[in-house]
Amino acid sequence: MLVHLLRRVGTAAFTLVLVSFLVFLAIHIVPGDPARVLVGPDAAAAEYAAARERLGLDTPWPIRFVRWLGGLARGDWGESLRYSRPARELVARGLTVTVPLAGLALALALAVALPLGLAAASSPGRWIDLATVGLVQVGTALPEFWLAILLVRLFAEGMGLLPAGGFPGWEAQAAWMHLVLPSIALALPRAAYLARMVRAAVADVLREDYVRTARAKGLAAWRVVGIHGLRNALLPVVTGAGLTFARLLAGAMVVENVFGLPGLGRLAVVAVEARDLPLAAALATVVAGAIVLVSLAVDLSYVVLDPRMRHP
Amino acid sequence: MRRHLGLGVGVACLVLALAPVGVGFLWLPYDPVLPGPVRFAPPSLEHPMGTDWFGRDLLARVMVGGRASLAVALLAVALGGAAGTLLGGVAGYAGGFVEEVAMRISDALLAFPAVLAALLLGAVWGPGLPGVATALALFNVPFFARLTRAGFASLKRREFVIAARASGAGPGRLIFRHIVPNLASPLLVQATVSLGAALLAEASLSYLRLGVQPPFPAWGRMLREAQDSVPLSPWPAVFPGAILALTVLGLNLIGDGVRDLLDPTLRQSRRASTDVRSRT
Repeated sequence: MLVHLLRRVGTAAFTLVLVSFLVFLAIHIVPGDPARVLVGPDAAAAEYAAARERLGLDTPWPIRFVRWLGGLARGDWGESLRYSRPARELVARGLTVTVPLAGLALALALAVALPLGLAAASSPGRWIDLATVGLVQVGTALPEFWLAILLVRLFAEGMGLLPAGGFPGWEAQAAWMHLVLPSIALALPRAAYLARMVRAAVADVLREDYVRTARAKGLAAWRVVGIHGLRNALLPVVTGAGLTFARLLAGAMVVENVFGLPGLGRLAVVAVEARDLPLAAALATVVAGAIVLVSLAVDLSYVVLDPRMRHP
Repeated sequence: MRRHLGLGVGVACLVLALAPVGVGFLWLPYDPVLPGPVRFAPPSLEHPMGTDWFGRDLLARVMVGGRASLAVALLAVALGGAAGTLLGGVAGYAGGFVEEVAMRISDALLAFPAVLAALLLGAVWGPGLPGVATALALFNVPFFARLTRAGFASLKRREFVIAARASGAGPGRLIFRHIVPNLASPLLVQATVSLGAALLAEASLSYLRLGVQPPFPAWGRMLREAQDSVPLSPWPAVFPGAILALTVLGLNLIGDGVRDLLDPTLRQSRRASTDVRSRT
């Protein structure tokens, strides 16, 4: 049990190193010369050489990678070229928008997916089941940013109910209202995906012998589905939520740009437009690292959720 | 009959969505790039989808806008699928240390959603199709790698493979004659679903102005251009997104339908584990 946990943590640590190596590879080794980008195409040879030295491009790449990894560990993530500020500070500020947005969207998605999936699984072949199957297929095919554009039209400009864009900062009153529409747009496709997971997982459980026993001994239908069904279906549902986290973050980065929210997605677009490699590298490392850590957390949560994992 | 309903609806959606793109190669109702006389015309017989800010016919733009999106998505799934299949195949066949390293590479790639990888490559290479296509291909690698590794790991212990080995078949024959043909259908299903995901990601990126560059239309960028004029006319924002969603819906339904058709044991709702793997 302990060995299993340690092994899983070790695997995640190794994956994190690989992730940072991939980011390093993208900005240092892949064709495209960061020093040339930094000084511009018409710079003098001496200026170019100075930039190469400043970026450490004259040392062999394994040494540079170790240095880069050391910098990451110490919290020295380089300085943004566009903002002349530490990339770490910019990313940290972006996270204060992106994380609440993604969290709100995930909560909304689960709030829709759990009841819908349970209802569908407990009456297979009935209208609620068929409707769920249809909604799930349509929902997973919808692009988040398209939903976002249409929602703005409907709720912000059409009815004037919610703010259509921008973010006043967390100090402002009712700042979270600015996250409502973006998180609905983000949540819908994720809700469809999760509802499908819940339906499949609960339907699996409801075919088990112990569920038939529970029914036979006269347990109320809601207890059979709610307690036996949901409790045992929790594992695949948590797995699904973990797997969809990557899509959720990526979707948030796009949807932020529809609403002009100052999160990681806006920073990423600025980094592309300004060819701001240190900022892009910091962003990619944080987002990819978060995805690795969430997948670790999901695996570790099995130990809590499934007693069988504790006594293998 | 009802078993094949999803598949039939999927094919219908895909044909409905892609027929305009196909016809667009032979005939276009209007020039998709040149401005026209009537701005923001609502849908009518003359302009079935209406016109945009510059009076350009939306149908013509949607017909042309699908080309780059579809080409990039197809290329990315083909390249990423081939690379992932190779990586997973080597891992599953070799086992041990090689398998461990290959699967950690796959795990690391899984941490880069297509949009993130494309933004990183966009910062290095500048916005454009090469970065987007590479990012989408890399994003697809782990899905195919996991599928192939699992298939190899279970198939190489099956009797018919052991029998072939006992009768003197070399690794090449074992892999290409006995193992890969048995994985063809799950890989095909994955490719269908991956194509839908790649189209969605490509549209997001072209919305962020990372993909096809102006003046050529692309579904994602058409939505970007339509966004600011939504209060004046919603149609430029409705149709490109609807066609995109219809394409993805069709692909997903076909993927699910073909999987059910090929593997009756997965029919009904016993799909939790396979669903987790093929889509996120």
